[in-house]
Amino acid sequence: MTSLLQLLIYGLVLGSIYALGAIGVSLTFGILRFANFAHGDLMTLGAYFGLSFVSLGWPIGVSLIPAALATVLCAVVIDQLIYRRLRREAPVILLISSFGTALILRSLVQIIWGPNNQVYRSSLQLPWRFWGLRLKPDWAVILLGTALLVVALHFFLQRTRVGKAMRAMADNFDLAKVTGIDTESIILWTWAIGAILACAAGMFLGMDTRLHPTMGWRLLLPIFAATILGGIGRPYGAIAGGLVIGVAEELSTLVISPAYKTAVAFAILVLMLIIRPTGLFGGRA
Amino acid sequence: MLSYGIFFLILVGIYGVLVLGLNLQWGYAGMFNIGVGAFFAVGAYASAIVTTPLTSDHLGGFGLPFWVGFLTALAAAGSIAFLIGLITLKLRSDYLAIATIGIAEIISQILKNEGWLTNGVRGITRIPRPFRGWIPGQDTLLYLGLVLLILLVVYWGSERAYRSPWGRVLRAIREDEPATLAAGKSVLKFRLQAFVLGSMVMGLAGALYAHFVNFISPEAFQPEFATFIVWVMLIAGGSGNNRGSLLGALVIWGVWSGSELLTNRLPAQWTTRAGPLRILLIGILLQVILLTRSQGLLPERPPKPILSASMGQRQDLSHNQDPAG
Repeated sequence: MTSLLQLLIYGLVLGSIYALGAIGVSLTFGILRFANFAHGDLMTLGAYFGLSFVSLGWPIGVSLIPAALATVLCAVVIDQLIYRRLRREAPVILLISSFGTALILRSLVQIIWGPNNQVYRSSLQLPWRFWGLRLKPDWAVILLGTALLVVALHFFLQRTRVGKAMRAMADNFDLAKVTGIDTESIILWTWAIGAILACAAGMFLGMDTRLHPTMGWRLLLPIFAATILGGIGRPYGAIAGGLVIGVAEELSTLVISPAYKTAVAFAILVLMLIIRPTGLFGGRA
Repeated sequence: MLSYGIFFLILVGIYGVLVLGLNLQWGYAGMFNIGVGAFFAVGAYASAIVTTPLTSDHLGGFGLPFWVGFLTALAAAGSIAFLIGLITLKLRSDYLAIATIGIAEIISQILKNEGWLTNGVRGITRIPRPFRGWIPGQDTLLYLGLVLLILLVVYWGSERAYRSPWGRVLRAIREDEPATLAAGKSVLKFRLQAFVLGSMVMGLAGALYAHFVNFISPEAFQPEFATFIVWVMLIAGGSGNNRGSLLGALVIWGVWSGSELLTNRLPAQWTTRAGPLRILLIGILLQVILLTRSQGLLPERPPKPILSASMGQRQDLSHNQDPAG
């Protein structure tokens, strides 16, 4: 029972990281209509920007702010330099391009910060113990940080003009366009939101494990699985999808080798595609 | 210098086979496969397992002739593609891309973790090179002959397929799926055929690679070298065009090998960063091609419809009846 609870808690931590990544993928998928294969590497980039500020001696929480801004800047520059010019092409051309962007970002990370594992903090953290459960304080930070970001996102989407426009565009792109929404500026906002969340997810992942140039790329499959599970263009679905995938992956380690966690995300993805391709929250098929 | 040239051409040939396989999927039928490296790896491992001499390190040691290995590679890559295709090909195109990335990830985990099957990260050694010792000292030259022969057969087959009614249906599906469906074609069946066939060609390229380098490990099938560069070759050469595919393989492999000469001149503290620098270069090259010349060096030129071209070519009329539907 204890070990089940332990796995469940860690599943929620991992699921929070997936959820933050999946919201960005879901929004760009819904609004720009292509699967952004560079999103995982944007997370890596955010984590390394964070590292640069942490190594100046700043606390991790404070480092998140300039790191997120830097990530937003990169995402917007990539959009303006590359994706904007390809928007008239078929979505799959954008997909190929994003695959190239992923490789560019990863090699830049390797060139600037080096190819080896790095950590935010080398000192060991003593876990809290409750009723036989071991909890790392970092996990609490990750769960709380995710909750805060999700609440902020909720208010942004429900209360602001930009947020409402964003939801309208994810729902029905053409309809949103004819009602006079400035699609180009909403696209920039989408990248900004996606990049902030990606940076947070990358930094959380770096806190939980360590930083490596392929850390984000490895997360791409569970993030896509979470996006599709929740329904494309459904940010709330992405949150649910991320948590489900995270918990399922952790619980699966009771029966299969942890090396095959990826296969669990894949299996859920495939099942979802067969049973209900629009996702739990009824996004686009 | 000569041996470097042979080495270079063998690799261009192997990549040429890979690009032709990808062209069958993406260039002909518009199916996005990001798991090229996975099918390449499956072919390489399948052929290695059945052809290596007796060993206790991993499954295999059957010591069978190389052509049995090649057939095993075709069968293994084809069956995995069949399963993936069945699940994803009726959905929208992005899902195939995501599913193939999943397969690639799972296969790379299997290669690393299933020691009994693949010897894990230590890899499989002593993969025999065909024709060893037939003409002393000329192993690689003979092997180049084999690679070129297979490349030629795959090229010839792809060209025939492109012009055949089968290829025409694939292009129709790519351009306008609802219209093709309305014309009574079984879209799913055609897609599945192209996907399986393309993946089998990739598996064959994997077998060619394994028997050339004699040693394979999971390291060799990283997405950068086994998937990404193949895509850049196809886009640069011209997707949908088989000659373009081969030109792309030659040019991009040339750029890739040439960039090594360049990075070798970098100061010593930069040498560890030379690898990512070269990948960065290829990545930027891809973006520039997509932005400026997205049809590639040799754009696709579909054959003219038979009705308008049939005036002087009576014998072509027999092709007009479409047996594929």
